[in-house]
Amino acid sequence: MVERAARAAYNPAAPHHPMNIHEYQAKELLDKFGVANSSGGVASTPEEAEKIASSLAGKNLVVKAQVHAGGRGKGSFKNGFKGGVHLCKTPAEARELASKMLGETLVTHQTGEAGRLVRKVLVAESVDIEKELYIAMLIDRATSAPVVVASTEGGMDIEAVAEKTPGKIHHLAIDPLLGLQPYQSRKLAKLLGIPAALLKPACTLFENLYRLFIACDCSMVEVNPLVITKSGDIRALDAKFNFDDNALFRHPDILAYRDTAEEDPREVEASKSNLNYIGLDGNIACLVNGAGLAMATMDIIKHCGGEPANFLDVGGGANEQQVTEAFKILIADKNVKAILVNIFGGIMKCDIIAQGIINASKAVNLPVPLVVRLEGTNVDAGRKLLAESGLELTTATDIADAAKKAVAAAA
Amino acid sequence: MSILVDKNTRLLVQGITGKSGGFHAKSCMDYGTNVVAGVTPGRGGETFEGKVPVYDTVGEARTHTGCNATMIFVPPAGAADSILEAVDAGIELIVCITEGIPVIDMMRVKAALQKSRSRLIGPNCPGIITPGQCKIGIMPGYIHNPGKVGVVSRSGTLTYEAVWQLSSRGHGQSTCVGIGGDPINGTSHLDVVKMFNDDPGTEAFIMIGEIGGSAEEEAAEWIGKNCKKPVAAFIAGATAPPGRRMGHAGAIVSGGKGTAQGKIEALKNAGIEVASTPADMADALLRRIKRG
Repeated sequence: MVERAARAAYNPAAPHHPMNIHEYQAKELLDKFGVANSSGGVASTPEEAEKIASSLAGKNLVVKAQVHAGGRGKGSFKNGFKGGVHLCKTPAEARELASKMLGETLVTHQTGEAGRLVRKVLVAESVDIEKELYIAMLIDRATSAPVVVASTEGGMDIEAVAEKTPGKIHHLAIDPLLGLQPYQSRKLAKLLGIPAALLKPACTLFENLYRLFIACDCSMVEVNPLVITKSGDIRALDAKFNFDDNALFRHPDILAYRDTAEEDPREVEASKSNLNYIGLDGNIACLVNGAGLAMATMDIIKHCGGEPANFLDVGGGANEQQVTEAFKILIADKNVKAILVNIFGGIMKCDIIAQGIINASKAVNLPVPLVVRLEGTNVDAGRKLLAESGLELTTATDIADAAKKAVAAAA
Repeated sequence: MSILVDKNTRLLVQGITGKSGGFHAKSCMDYGTNVVAGVTPGRGGETFEGKVPVYDTVGEARTHTGCNATMIFVPPAGAADSILEAVDAGIELIVCITEGIPVIDMMRVKAALQKSRSRLIGPNCPGIITPGQCKIGIMPGYIHNPGKVGVVSRSGTLTYEAVWQLSSRGHGQSTCVGIGGDPINGTSHLDVVKMFNDDPGTEAFIMIGEIGGSAEEEAAEWIGKNCKKPVAAFIAGATAPPGRRMGHAGAIVSGGKGTAQGKIEALKNAGIEVASTPADMADALLRRIKRG
């Protein structure tokens, strides 16, 4: 075992990008668990957008481009159209707005210059907000239990609120075996200043949100803002989800939400081979076993004056095929000027790594210098394979030596 | 002397008939660990390597062999259940190697552990070794030597790195404990630090941490106040990109703790020698010992 299924990002101490979902998918989850939010639907064509808008007849509407990036409202499309979030009143307007967004590329402060292609828009009721609140549920590692974080200061950057007015952030610990109890929901409603008339629907919302949080194996769900509307409803207007990657094996429905078009193509390739890879901006590619050693290898490269091109943990159970794939991903990065392999075999056997290196160099010409440091299980067999392969590479005696040689090779 | 495991440890292996379970059970036996039983549901009555009896349940294994420790190699979907089964059978020391157990499962296991007398090491860890006496886990045995330096770490391969540096410089180890990298684990840095402090066979120790959480800060505070032995530390991830953070609410709950800078500062304030690079771990401890 020590299987690498769904491992990407699994070590919480290691850098990783959790799986993100679209706003319309978050809405689907909220609907499924009966968490009150705004009515609406997702459209792939202007015609669909018009149809959804018609079903919301008489309501104020909002049309929102669906991409995994913040700052949509202030972003602009490459076709010149401004803003990925627009208010409107009629189905015809919704159709018009959708036609300007769908199939176009939206650039926001989070997307970089390349921007993101908009394939879907959310058409929803635009509610009149009376008050904005904040609620989040997550697993607190310090207490090994769920905790609810709530604040009356919704709709803004919650970290800034915590810094300036820590008294306005409330924490409520949940017993992991009991779950959120009704009295705790009432307590939350009080902390949030929810009026008596809304006590019941608020408690229902909290209870359903907690049910969703546990049932979907979320590591966090954050509702910001949770709103009280002018018409006297309480609704989760925007919800962000983080899922526990380890638990995705039992949630095929959530796994199906993954949109690889929104991810770094290098990371998509890596995840196909069950490799824990994060692309960075430097020029020294790293291939390491173990998240801790992988981070430490990045640290020592920086210490020696170099810049890592990636974080890559091939883990304990990798086979030759995975190692070969890992090399292909490293080499595909055009910034890379040198490759550093740092393996301390425990579960991982050095001869497997060596054979992977040899296979990869046969499959693709290594365009840059390769520095290899091997230690641990089957190290002699691994070194022998490399020595007899005739491959051009630099061997290193320890982690410091390896880092120095890689930095020199990339310079 | 040592902590947690020694030559009297009687080891059970849960998942002994699996590919990895079998491979590492054998490698522990080759090292000299007293493997007395295996458990694989449905395979009771078989023997492993011609001598180790396999049982269907941990309870049976306990009754028939008196095993007092277990090493778990059960895949993620069933691993939490295997830990709970070991707790129910009263196994004193549970070492869970399995990587990828859902956090919510571990949250429930942790609650069950608090009502028991069992100690869990891991999950997602390399295991624990008292060199020359008992190896429970997946670490390469040959890099270790018996001695007087303790090592505790969240990361498997960084533990090997530290051990290798110590052994290369002629310093053996009392016990090396990999506590695992998961957000919820059975044994913390501080738990092991206290054991090292009480162990007459441990004269100094290295603590290896990573960014995230506040376990290193808590251990550092305790060491500053209570520990009389020389300690060195290393924190991995000083240059890791932010992005592993669990959203805004996570940062709030941790109260701003968890950065490498914050951890290093806490360690230094406690009089701990902090290694500047992962190549400097053993040397940092030697500097700390010299400083007196």
